[in-house]
Amino acid sequence: MWKRDEAVRPAAGQQPAAPQPPAPSVAGTTPGPRFETGSSMEKDIVNIGKSVVIKGELNGSEDLTIEGHVEGTIQLRDHVLTIGPNGRIKAQVFAKAVIVLGEVTGNVTASDKVDIRDAGSVDGDIVSPRVAIAEGAHFRGSVDMQRKGVAAAPPPPAAKATPQSPAAPQPVPQVAAVQRA
Amino acid sequence: MGLLDRIAPRRSESEPLAPTVVVGDPTFSTKALRKFLTALTARESPVLLDLGPVVGSNVSFFGEQLGCKIFVEDIFADLDRHVRGDKIDAFPDFLKKRFHQVDDSVNGILCWDLIDYLDRASAQALAGQLTRVLRPEGALLGFFGTAQPPDIRYTKYIIVDELNLRHRSYRAARGRQTILLNRDIIRLFGGLRVSDSFLLQNNLREILFRKPA
Repeated sequence: MWKRDEAVRPAAGQQPAAPQPPAPSVAGTTPGPRFETGSSMEKDIVNIGKSVVIKGELNGSEDLTIEGHVEGTIQLRDHVLTIGPNGRIKAQVFAKAVIVLGEVTGNVTASDKVDIRDAGSVDGDIVSPRVAIAEGAHFRGSVDMQRKGVAAAPPPPAAKATPQSPAAPQPVPQVAAVQRA
Repeated sequence: MGLLDRIAPRRSESEPLAPTVVVGDPTFSTKALRKFLTALTARESPVLLDLGPVVGSNVSFFGEQLGCKIFVEDIFADLDRHVRGDKIDAFPDFLKKRFHQVDDSVNGILCWDLIDYLDRASAQALAGQLTRVLRPEGALLGFFGTAQPPDIRYTKYIIVDELNLRHRSYRAARGRQTILLNRDIIRLFGGLRVSDSFLLQNNLREILFRKPA
């Protein structure tokens, strides 16, 4: 099995220590989500806090940790998305790497790897060349690790529907609302 | 030359030959797995249906090393939910609607020892669905006990290599229901033919079914 990337592996009982860049763009959100930003090592720490609910499309070009609720689509083309232990995602996810410690309902596409940690949960289809599922993790869906066609980008709108996936979320408008829980 | 030798180019040099598993669970030899893998890898990009709980190292084995697309459908969890919810009578109908795969679309099915835990109606419903989704020349691997074990536990089968499986037991809502005779098993999977059958030293029967072309 492939070796884990220790750089993005959180210590037991701690929040994931993925590199945390500035906030992603969430167009048209009022009021804006509360992104916790601070300095750690050389990069900023960006969290979507657990009181934040985002409905719509979430784009970013930096690593991101989500502890709140997100519904819709998440795109971090060349970056790491970490779903924290409190994170609840009901979305199509496209990223370079996805680390799941919380709950994800929806299809996950990663150009590098998907890592479902102990107590992490994914209901949906995974497309990634590398997949790690820890003992105690929950997974229901399919895993496609073929290297061809794996790209951290969403398919065209016509191809978004995945009738074979029971967990595929419904399409959502670009950004519907951002609200505090 | 073993199967793993033939597929070795898919691995990087830093990766181990076999999935990493936790030491402590008993390991038993398997005769049918190798034949199942041979049948599975006869096709490019095979589709695999795993009816057991998700095992990360198995996913890596089939996905990374064999290039399979894997559907994980934990029927043991469904069974547990029905037993605990006192809805076991509805389980046959549930199974008839459970699998969303289209007809003749799956190259291999890992049934493990699931049939032993089902009543006859549920087993019949499951066998019908598995026969439906299995592609012609596809393979189904099933394990069948020969004795009623005293404890009520399921078993996770963790692939060590093509000749060995690690058995990890975990708590179940109910135990094995029946010890099926060989002829009953053959009747159950009437749409398939028995390709290979083994009785192991641990008294587990391994049966490899193939769907006629």
